[in-house]
Amino acid sequence: MIRDLELSILEILFNDARTTPARIAVMTGHSEEEVTAVIRSLEAQKIILKYPAMINWDRVEADQVEAVIEVRVTPQRDEGFDAIAEQIYRFDEVSSVYLMSGAYDLMVTVKASSMKQLALFVAEKLSTLDHVLSTATHFVLKKYKLEGVIFEDRRQDERLVISP
Amino acid sequence: MNYDRVLNSRIAQVPPSGIRKFFDVVSTMKDAISLGVGEPDFTSQWSVNDAAIYSLRQGRTHYTANAGLMALREAACDYLEARFGTRYDPKTEIFMTVGASEGIDLALRALVEPGDEVLMPDPSYVSYSPGVIFAGGVPRPVVTREEDEFRLTPEALKAALTPRTKALILPYPNNPTGAIMERPHLEAIADALRDTDVIVISDEIYAELTYGGKKHASFASIPGMKERTITLNGFSKAFAMTGWRMGYACAPAEILRVMLKMHQYTILCAPTAGQYAALEALKVGRETDYAYVNEMVRTYDRRRRIMLDAYKQMGLSCFEPRGAFYTFPCIKSTGLSSQQFAERLLREKKVACVPGTAFGESGEGYVRCSYATATDKVIEAMERMKEFVRGIRN
Repeated sequence: MIRDLELSILEILFNDARTTPARIAVMTGHSEEEVTAVIRSLEAQKIILKYPAMINWDRVEADQVEAVIEVRVTPQRDEGFDAIAEQIYRFDEVSSVYLMSGAYDLMVTVKASSMKQLALFVAEKLSTLDHVLSTATHFVLKKYKLEGVIFEDRRQDERLVISP
Repeated sequence: MNYDRVLNSRIAQVPPSGIRKFFDVVSTMKDAISLGVGEPDFTSQWSVNDAAIYSLRQGRTHYTANAGLMALREAACDYLEARFGTRYDPKTEIFMTVGASEGIDLALRALVEPGDEVLMPDPSYVSYSPGVIFAGGVPRPVVTREEDEFRLTPEALKAALTPRTKALILPYPNNPTGAIMERPHLEAIADALRDTDVIVISDEIYAELTYGGKKHASFASIPGMKERTITLNGFSKAFAMTGWRMGYACAPAEILRVMLKMHQYTILCAPTAGQYAALEALKVGRETDYAYVNEMVRTYDRRRRIMLDAYKQMGLSCFEPRGAFYTFPCIKSTGLSSQQFAERLLREKKVACVPGTAFGESGEGYVRCSYATATDKVIEAMERMKEFVRGIRN
C-alpha cells in the first residue's frame, strides 16, 4: 500500500512538481500528513533529488550550444568506470553522463555558450584525461522531445466542447 | 413541399438531444473550460495510429469480412475473457461494429416489434430512448436514485416489467452518473429476470474505467445470463479511440446472426483501417499488461477525487461515482434547476457542464461534469464553480 502511494506521488510530482501535498492527498485519497511524510522520506532516500522546471532553452538563449559526446575509456582496476565518470561529471560544462552498452562507454552531454568554447572543452579537458581513449562529438541541432514532453506540440484539444 | 407529409413522423417527432441545445451555446464561448466532453482527452497510442497507417501503405483498403477481421475477433474474444471472464466464440458470437453505437441500434432493431417496451435506467445515455423509438418500440425509463448510488434495483426493475417488456438496456459503468453495478447487484437483476424472456442489452463501453479497486463485472458472466445478453463494447473509452468508430457486439449465435444480417445489408463492415488500429490496441495492451489503459485510469481517478473534494467544499452532495469519467453532483441545494445552473455557470464563470435533464427527467437537480479534461483545467474549473456556488448562496 505504501509502495502504491510512493509510486503515485512520484508520478504526480514528475508531471507537475508544484503539486502541493494537500492536493496530492486529495488526488490519492490519503491524508496530507501521510503524503508529506512519504515525500520527506523519498527526499531523504535521494529518490527525489530536486524539483526543477522543464525549460525549452532554445527559446531563451539562441547562442547556447549543446553536444552529445561519445567517450571511450579504459576502465580502472577496482573502480570500473565510476572514477573516470566522476572526473568527467565534475566539470560544470557537463550536464549529464551515462554509462552505456555498445560501441562506446560514456555518453556525455556538454553545454557551452559557443561552438568554439565547447570544442576547446573537448580538446583540452576531456580528451586529455587519463584513461580517455577517444571522443566523438555530436552537436545537438534541435530538441524535439525530452522526458516525455514534446517541445513544440502543435496538437490542440479539438474535441467537441459538449458531447454525449 | 410539405415535408411533414414525406418524413417519417415517428422519427421526425423525436426531439433533438438536449445536449445539442447546450452545445450551440457553449460553442459560441471561446475561452470556456468544458466539463461537458464525453470522450477521453487522451489520444490513441501512436503505435495504434501507426498500425492503421501501415495497413494503408500495404494497400489494405478493401472490405473485410462482414463480421470483421478474424484476427481481430479472436483478439477481442481473448481480451474479454482475460479482462472480464466472458467467453465468446470468435466465429459465431461476435462482430465488429461502427462504434458501440451501431451495436445499440442493431440490438434494438433485432429485438423490438412495434409496441414492445424496452426498459432503461433513467438518467442514462441520450441515445437509448430515441433508439427504441426508431426501432418502433416504446422506451420505458426506470428511475434510479442517488440514495441507491444510481444503480438499477431489482425492485424498480420488477415494478417496470410488463408482458410487453422485450429488453432491458443495462449501461454500467453509467454515463452520466458514473455509477457501477457490482457482481451481487447484477445477480439480483439476474434473479429478477430469470423467469422472463427479457433480453439484456449490456452496454459496457466504460468497462475498463472503474476506480477504487472495483473491477467491472460483466452481466454475461453471471451464471445463466449469457443466453439472454447482448454485450456491447468497443475501443473508444478503453483505448481512447473515439474517432476510430470501432466497437463490437457479442451475443448468442442465434441473436447475433440477426444483428449481423442488418449490419451486412446496411454497413457491410467496420472501417478496415480502424480494424487494424483496434487489433494493434489489443496486441499492445496484452503485451504491456494494459499499461496505457492503467495509466489513463490512474489519471482519471486523481481527477475524480479532485472533483469530489471540491463538491464537498462547495457543500454540494455527490455520491462517489466509481466508473466512467463523470461526476453527477446534486445541485438542488442551490435552488436552481439543472438547466439554470448549467447556463449560469457557463455565462458567469465560463465553465460548461451538462444539465442532468439531458439524460432523462430524473436527471433534474443534477449536472454532469466530465473529468476527461486536463488535470489543471479540472482544478481551475472547480475553483470557478466554487466561486459560483458561493455567489448563489450569499
